[in-house]
Amino acid sequence: MTTYQVNERGYYGNFGGAFIPEMLYPNVEELRTRYLDIIEEPSFQEEFQQLLKDYVGRPSPLYFAKRLSEKYGTKVYLKREDLNHTGAHKVNNTLGQILLAKRLGKKNIIAETGAGQHGVATATVCALMGMDCIVYMGEVDIERQKPNVGRMKLLGAKVIPAMSGSRTLKDATNEAMRHWISNPVDTHYIIGSVVGPHPYPDMVARFQSVISEEMKWQLKEQTGKEDPDCIIACVGGGSHAMGAFYHYLDREQVRLIGAEAAGLGISTGESAATTFIGRAGVLHGSKTLLMQTEDGQVVEPYSISAGLDYPGIGPVHAHLHDTKRADFFAVTDMEAMAAGMELCRLEGIIPAVESAHALAVLKKEQFKENEVVVINLSGRGDKDLETYLRELKRKTPH
Amino acid sequence: MLTERKTDNRITRLFEAQKKDVLSIYVTAGFPKLEDTCRVLEALEKAGADMIEIGIPFSDPVADGETIQASNKVALDNGMSLKLLFEQLEGIRKRVSIPLLLMGYINPILQYGMEAFCKRAQEIGIDGLILPDLPIVEYREFYKETMDACGLSNILLVTPQTSESRIRMIDDSTDGFIYLVSSNAITGKTGEMSAAQKSYFERIIAMKLKNPTLIGFGISDAKTFNTACHYASGAIIGSAFIRTIANSTDLDGDIAAFVRSINKKQ
Ligand SMILES: Cc1ncc(COP(=O)(O)O)c(C=O)c1O
Repeated sequence: MTTYQVNERGYYGNFGGAFIPEMLYPNVEELRTRYLDIIEEPSFQEEFQQLLKDYVGRPSPLYFAKRLSEKYGTKVYLKREDLNHTGAHKVNNTLGQILLAKRLGKKNIIAETGAGQHGVATATVCALMGMDCIVYMGEVDIERQKPNVGRMKLLGAKVIPAMSGSRTLKDATNEAMRHWISNPVDTHYIIGSVVGPHPYPDMVARFQSVISEEMKWQLKEQTGKEDPDCIIACVGGGSHAMGAFYHYLDREQVRLIGAEAAGLGISTGESAATTFIGRAGVLHGSKTLLMQTEDGQVVEPYSISAGLDYPGIGPVHAHLHDTKRADFFAVTDMEAMAAGMELCRLEGIIPAVESAHALAVLKKEQFKENEVVVINLSGRGDKDLETYLRELKRKTPH
Repeated sequence: MLTERKTDNRITRLFEAQKKDVLSIYVTAGFPKLEDTCRVLEALEKAGADMIEIGIPFSDPVADGETIQASNKVALDNGMSLKLLFEQLEGIRKRVSIPLLLMGYINPILQYGMEAFCKRAQEIGIDGLILPDLPIVEYREFYKETMDACGLSNILLVTPQTSESRIRMIDDSTDGFIYLVSSNAITGKTGEMSAAQKSYFERIIAMKLKNPTLIGFGISDAKTFNTACHYASGAIIGSAFIRTIANSTDLDGDIAAFVRSINKKQ
């Protein structure tokens, strides 16, 4: 049987591993040997579950989107990760990792961020636990996600601009890794997605798996069946997608769809749709699908959404793509913006531009009337107000 | 034992002949100008460097500080690639006889193909490799045989955080030399060595490793070079050299002056 879980060596099929310089080995090895034991400790679980409930506000609702369903002639449910404290799924992971970091005796936290959601979620749990927090963020992203930069500062985090490369998520990740190399002893690096060296992809997937754990009983309650016909999520690194897929991976009757950011279009050179234009390669500690030149140089990605503007995907998604367990769709900036605006008007929900990429799949794939489609609404669009208003102005100039 | 038989190449021969004050210089290929690669190598040998690490530029060099990052970017913007580097190095052994190593992040090499890469390196007369993000387990399992067959020493890194048992394992997995990363840092730091660094070097000396050691990261001038030589067979200079040639209008002269400033014994 194909397994979609990570193996002993940190691989999902041909993808994964821990391609890290020796300087990071002790930290990553400490995590690798201890993460499962710590996560499984009853005291860890008790604290984690309590905080997910009382602090994050879980379970997040599973909402039957009636008007959206009518429009697309199918049954659309939205998993409302946007209603979590801090406004996205990211906090599920940062909470898990900070509890783990505490048990490892770490004093300082670093993180990278693209949209700023992971940075905010990290700054938030650092405030909660009284730990020092540094967040690296690409200079371009600092500009396009200003509200989140303000939130991080208010929460007491230090935001350091990443000035190299495309000055987006990839470069922020490089800087965070450099910081970790230079401060290996009492610092924990909270990676924000199912990327990075083993055990990060598996660890982050476990913390996000609460999404599909809840979906199972919520669907049972609302539809009579635990299984939907299809689950759709956008994929930057792929953490909330993995969270939504997690408990359904072995249920092959449930179709899994990842929506990738096509930017201006997959053949324009201005895109971040890794499964369409990437090849196997190594970046940020794992072997995965990667946008690169023939010479193996990483290609600068582009997407309107900072959270999807990344030249790779988590190794588990590369494996899901390889084994055809999941289908991937490329969604352009324009398609995503239209889908996001549509949700505003049909359901009174302003989604994050990232999440809007998942919504756009409804226009690309015809689902049957009685099919149950769950879209993982990863975050809210408050941070994207400027982007939306620009789009609104473009559409209705007067 | 993994490495009973020592690879016979210019690196192992160098350390047999010279146990002290080995000066190894890192330079990014295709920097400062695309066509400067071989000229820099020749000038370095002439100036008295004992060994050269040729950096294969990469878009995302996570273990490197600003200076080497910037040189990687300049080289890539110049049009440097691994394929082109091999073309440039064709025939280099007619002109340069000191040990040459290729240093690079793993992705460009995997895209070239590890086996093809090693064979091509051997044909050109490369003696060793430094691939910082190739995990030791993967090296031992998949690539060691190929590298050994091509006479390439795979140089492994040890840091202040590396455990004693792991240092032993590294010492057993490699030949040539061990690259002692001088502190918890990326490349490019300057300044004097701290007491903690010195006690780390002493701890390594006390382990009596079978491989010689070179200290790298943060070696920037004669003073830090001499301190390093006190604790190891020599040292590696990267960023300080890159800064020297970055805006040079007289490469040969500046390289000669730089090497002279470090290695007064020459
Ligand atoms: C709202 C939102 N959705 C999705 C993502 C993409 O991350 P991932 O693919 O790991 O879920 C981000 C990342 O910043 C985000 O903020």
